[in-house]
Amino acid sequence: MFQKMMTGALIAGIGAGLLAAVLHFAFIQNYILLGEQYETGELVHFAAPEAAVATHDHAEAADHGTAEPAASDHGAADHGAHEHGDGETSTIERNALTVGFTVLLYVAYGIMLTVGFAIAAQFGKRITATEGALWGLAGFAAFQLAPGMGLAPELPGSAAADLAARQVWWWSTVVATGLGIALIAYGRSLIATLAGAALIAAPHVVGAPLLDGYYGYAPTEVGAIFSSRVLGVGLAVWVVLGWLAGRQWDRSGAAA
Amino acid sequence: MNATQTKTQSLLAPVLGMAVIGLTMLFAVGHAQSATLHDAAHDMRHATGFPCH
Repeated sequence: MFQKMMTGALIAGIGAGLLAAVLHFAFIQNYILLGEQYETGELVHFAAPEAAVATHDHAEAADHGTAEPAASDHGAADHGAHEHGDGETSTIERNALTVGFTVLLYVAYGIMLTVGFAIAAQFGKRITATEGALWGLAGFAAFQLAPGMGLAPELPGSAAADLAARQVWWWSTVVATGLGIALIAYGRSLIATLAGAALIAAPHVVGAPLLDGYYGYAPTEVGAIFSSRVLGVGLAVWVVLGWLAGRQWDRSGAAA
Repeated sequence: MNATQTKTQSLLAPVLGMAVIGLTMLFAVGHAQSATLHDAAHDMRHATGFPCH
């Protein structure tokens, strides 16, 4: 049983993860690199006059492909204290790691979906590829859309509240939204539906941890297109992941 | 013990095992803050909506 479930989750996760990697490099990576140029002060948005003065000398050094994010002498020093180690990591290595971790992430999501299928099967639900695609939509809503409503996908060069607090809110939102969707989708009473809706709403009533102001260095246009692309790619990949996982589940006999 | 109970019990271990593996992977890949893991997973974390840094 374990082997059947794990095989299905692996196939779905690797397939979806590879698709995610392709879409990542087609739609998202360029904005990450652009955001980092603002984060390190290599590029300066006109609306950030203080940073513009402090980082003026960097404009000429900006053309070096491997320009070190010299955190010591530009305006974004404290903001960009997080270093990416770009100097030491080649682009190929960096991108290979991104592909690898993207596949690992969607394998993890594929495993979670398959666990969900097994639980649903205990309640007499038959999961097919179509049903799986719907589960994929739900997974997208729980793992990306709902957390993203409080904590928008972060462009490098944007600023956000305390990391641990955000991670706690992220997990809480994922659990509450997932349970809420399950109650609405499979609950058999009005009370279950209402409880599901309340669970989905709760994290947003509480609110995500936010800063007291806005300290991002990147232009809003870059952040906006980045966020919408992250969500669009996430939606596409999650539906494919769910479809694949549902198909594997249905065919492997794990459901029987 | 009827057939349904047997089936439920035989499912419990693999489902729990899978859930633990999936959650551990999700935490390691998306949330763990060791510098090495963070740098390696950096672009993916930004691109999939995790709180990164």
